[in-house]
Amino acid sequence: MIDHTRTDVSLRVNEAFHRLSVDNRRTLLDLLREDLGLTGPKKGCDHGQCGACTVLCDDRRVLSCLTLAVAADATAVTTVEGLAAEGELRPIQEAFVRLDGFQCGFCTPGQICSAVGMLAEHAAGWPSAVTAGDAPDRVPELDETEVRERMSGNLCRCGAYPSIVRAVLETAARQGGAA
Amino acid sequence: MSPEPAPGAVGASRPRIEGPLKVTGAARYAADVPLPDLAHGWMVTATTSRGRVRDVDASTALAMPGVLGVLDHRNAPRLDQGAGNYFGPDGSLQLLQHEVIPYAGWPVALVVAETPEQARAAAAALRVTCDAEPHDLDLGLEHPAARPASTAFGPEADTGDLDAELAASAVVVEERYRTPEESHCAVEPHAATVWWDSGDLYAVDSNQGAFSVSEVLAALWSIDRERVHVRSEHVGGGFGGKGACGPPVILGSLASRRFGRPVRIVMTRAQVFETTSSRPPTDQLLTIGADADGRLRAVRHRAAYALSPLAEYIEACTEQTKVLYAAPAIRTQLVAVPLDVLPPASMRGPGATPGSFALESAIDEVAERLDLDPVELRLRNQPAVGPVSGLPFSTRRLVACLREGARRFGWAARDRRPRSRREGALLIGSGVATTSFGAGVFPSTASITAETDGTFTVSVGASDIGTGARTALTAVAADSLGVGTEKIRIRIGDSDLGAAWGAGGSRGTTSWSFAITEAAKKLRENPGDPAGPVTATVDTTTMIDFRPGGERQTFSAVFAEVAVDPATGEVRVRRLLGLFAVGRVINPLLARSQVVGGMVMGLSMALHEESVRDARTGRLVNGDFAGYHIASHADVPDVEADFVPDYEPQDPSGFNGLGEIGTAGTAAAIANAVWHATGTRHRVLPVRLDRVLEPGRAAVREP
Amino acid sequence: MREFAYRRAARVSDALTAVAEDAGARYLGGGTNLVDLMKRGVEEPTRLVDVRRLPLDGVQVAPDGGLVVGATTTNSDVAAHPEVRRRFPALALAVLSGASGQLRNVATVGGNLLQRTRCGYFADLSRPCNKRVPGSGCAAIGGVHPNHAVLGHSEHCVATHPSDMAVALAAFDAVVRYQTLDGAGEIPLSRFYPPVGDRPDRETALPPGALITAVVLPGSAVSPRSRYRKVRERASYAFAIVSVAAALDVRDGVVHDVRIALGGVASRPWRAGSAEAVLRGARPTADGFRTCADEALSDAKPLPDNGYKVPLARNLIRAVLAELAATEENR
Repeated sequence: MIDHTRTDVSLRVNEAFHRLSVDNRRTLLDLLREDLGLTGPKKGCDHGQCGACTVLCDDRRVLSCLTLAVAADATAVTTVEGLAAEGELRPIQEAFVRLDGFQCGFCTPGQICSAVGMLAEHAAGWPSAVTAGDAPDRVPELDETEVRERMSGNLCRCGAYPSIVRAVLETAARQGGAA
Repeated sequence: MSPEPAPGAVGASRPRIEGPLKVTGAARYAADVPLPDLAHGWMVTATTSRGRVRDVDASTALAMPGVLGVLDHRNAPRLDQGAGNYFGPDGSLQLLQHEVIPYAGWPVALVVAETPEQARAAAAALRVTCDAEPHDLDLGLEHPAARPASTAFGPEADTGDLDAELAASAVVVEERYRTPEESHCAVEPHAATVWWDSGDLYAVDSNQGAFSVSEVLAALWSIDRERVHVRSEHVGGGFGGKGACGPPVILGSLASRRFGRPVRIVMTRAQVFETTSSRPPTDQLLTIGADADGRLRAVRHRAAYALSPLAEYIEACTEQTKVLYAAPAIRTQLVAVPLDVLPPASMRGPGATPGSFALESAIDEVAERLDLDPVELRLRNQPAVGPVSGLPFSTRRLVACLREGARRFGWAARDRRPRSRREGALLIGSGVATTSFGAGVFPSTASITAETDGTFTVSVGASDIGTGARTALTAVAADSLGVGTEKIRIRIGDSDLGAAWGAGGSRGTTSWSFAITEAAKKLRENPGDPAGPVTATVDTTTMIDFRPGGERQTFSAVFAEVAVDPATGEVRVRRLLGLFAVGRVINPLLARSQVVGGMVMGLSMALHEESVRDARTGRLVNGDFAGYHIASHADVPDVEADFVPDYEPQDPSGFNGLGEIGTAGTAAAIANAVWHATGTRHRVLPVRLDRVLEPGRAAVREP
Repeated sequence: MREFAYRRAARVSDALTAVAEDAGARYLGGGTNLVDLMKRGVEEPTRLVDVRRLPLDGVQVAPDGGLVVGATTTNSDVAAHPEVRRRFPALALAVLSGASGQLRNVATVGGNLLQRTRCGYFADLSRPCNKRVPGSGCAAIGGVHPNHAVLGHSEHCVATHPSDMAVALAAFDAVVRYQTLDGAGEIPLSRFYPPVGDRPDRETALPPGALITAVVLPGSAVSPRSRYRKVRERASYAFAIVSVAAALDVRDGVVHDVRIALGGVASRPWRAGSAEAVLRGARPTADGFRTCADEALSDAKPLPDNGYKVPLARNLIRAVLAELAATEENR
């Protein structure tokens, strides 16, 4: 078989179906930003060290900067642009605005996608480093310590952490876990 | 105290105007703007700290797919060498203009290609050879090249008879404090999208002041400033690191001119660390003499910071020593040491942040030596007027910050003996620090147009790097026009909006709001023809009193509680409280976010941050977010911040800036808390676990 | 990043063949380390063979009470699995102590074992590194090395292994299963990472082209009584300075079984066998733990800038053992 350096990929992004040819080197982040014009996911470090590029891939939060676009073939991706209907805000987004869970806003799309994925993980009973020592049948209660540990993959240099934690906890309490 | 302001938009908590854009991903930053025919640039940087580029062999790179070309010092368009910054000519702007390498990370070439992947691959294939020369990166007060720092920000202090006062003191503390090189670490890497059209230069750039960037670009290209158009609508953090005309916009202008296409350059995270500015390391010596009752007799503050020969810069570490305490003798000596370092720049709380670590640690040591409560020691030494200037303070609410902070923190219950509080094997301690940061105003222009539909368009060359300026200025405009905020449409972040100070020095909001209030006044005085839109434009240059009859300062008191595991050296901040006196607060919700953010950066500085370089090459060995640690969610407690009632009489609206002061003071409060917990004084930042670890310690929860 | 070809393997045999065909081929799992290193130019594969969707995921309970963890199981799924949490809590804790939620959602068990060191010089193409370019030298020894090895290093390399998971696996006597075109094989974790010696570039004992298919955790009475504790420069999302995976089984006031493995101190997860021997059959006292911790670090040879790791590791071993001794099962 002849080796090609480009590959055709098909994926669903924010409910829209896309089929395109990509350079095998292209990351999912660059596919979203450069090919699809979805610039909500941000490139803060491009090496999996900041979390600004977080998107949901088949409903799990992942770092799009370390995901090759070719490897994301046949997946369903949700970016921050796809979390709510046009002109509306999802509860977590509304809480971020009202409680001022951001300042410059650059890490925010990643924080919000991460929070959505994290609350689903918690609802599924997944442990964190804070609670893994507990009995496996116990669903860990979501408190500040839990949220901080589970959100630690999203750096915020503006230091909006306390407001982010508040927004996540409030959303979890209001929505019974769904962000 | 203050003229009671009429109720209005100012003083009310409101979410950010651009909030919905930021939480939905719709806010576009410098690397997000779509453009047809866009080419991508990739920087290649020097790996030695000093030397010369011998050759850039682009033969392989040029043959690679999609590569448009390679720029280096031999073929790049020429720039004007006189271009500079606030202080004068700035050699760090002269990119690809000569073969000299002034620091590790200096851009030596730019590859331009059709896609970012192609540009990166070609950059990796470039063969750059350099002749390295011996470098010097060792900062110290005694460095033979040390020379007095520029006094552009004001003269050194030298009041009273220092030697006599020290000789008469009951205790004298003399200690040395060091802070490392630190990196701004805005999560948005520096980026620019640049193009030329009919001789005009256009840029969407990530910076803290679009107007000043346009001035520098105009100087570099020797064209009229009006022909340079810089937009910076949303900026992903700056903290001082984006105050200058950055490498992406300069290199982008070169490449776009050369290849006749729009060019986007997004710096890699590693390049942001090695090529953009940093907070310089400092070496400080504090000598403080005091009477047995805690009255200070003498304060001497000597400080050295690293400077690049490329440009002048002042890390004003000694400023607070001229402001915070009354003492018969005060002497400051600030020296700059030219080294082969990354050119330093202001980083949140410039000068004050490293300076207050030294001063407020030393004051804590005086309290320790006198067995006096550190809050009480500070209260006993409050000056009635500027201790060096002799001028009255226009407002000084530091005592209120200290007393209110102490009350909320529960300070009175603290046992001041070190190592006196334990929880299991954890050692618990608390600490305090106070700070000041100079406030003021710089010239700006603002225009307000009364539209025919009853709304107002406010245009000011302001920059919102996360400060909330857009929202704050809307409130200011609404109140000055006597209308609701819904009537205000604000335009910022564009050099075409006129001259304006950038977001920096805690002077952005005061400078812009001054221009807006004056423009509103002018508009109300000259309503004009109501049939058409009427515009009033104001330039505050001639309205500003740069020699006011009083010291204009903001103040804070920061309280910290830490838990230390002596077996591992791990330090966790459990509580952090800041009380701030920053004039009248425009928007408490956003103002609180900003000072909390500043304290979080101070926490990060206290425990984590340090640029580490290999002495042999001068190269960073931790130049990414996995190596240079900034505080994560898990490191940060529920930080509390509040404002004491205050009003700045030198400002027409009672405002002062608050961007910087949150960071200053926090590191000292935390280091003092670590001393209180462990009994060990940490005079070198960060308070790393290997410095705290007590060998042979019993373990937590030992049976 | 150099251009490369990409294949997604539908079957293990396809993957093995695709890698065997091209000397520059690499398996791609979650990619969290490989893609990072490709961007830095440290890894330059000519072909990536994507094995992430091979049917090698899942956690099975073995007849001996142990577990078989498929190689493509994500770190998140390992840590969340009730049987992992019940039978090998230190493994769940170790996995959750590493990276971030996002990374754990894609990082695989096989890839985790094959992580490369985070030594800054390894990733800096302008500096020598015997791991990256055999024979070029080690920049870390005379350079900046506060977070480098104190045990088992050589004059050729002082880098540490970054995995948290592997530390727990070392404590549990895990066995790595792999497949080659010649058939299946197994390597105990104790021999999976060879000593550094003069070939720090030889990081595993896997035969060329081998694909890790699973990790086997033998059942044992001590493994449910286990903990993982990690010390790092910040509270989360950072690599270990020193970490300890330990298990302790106290019966009738005597140590029946004990396991101790250290992370962040050596080129591989460091099983402290002789220290375990000190404690086995002894009473679980503070003095005993001290002696045990001293023994674990008795061969330590710290570098000029990382001597603190020795007392830190000692203290941490004592802390974790004390914590385990105080649990209900062990009292």
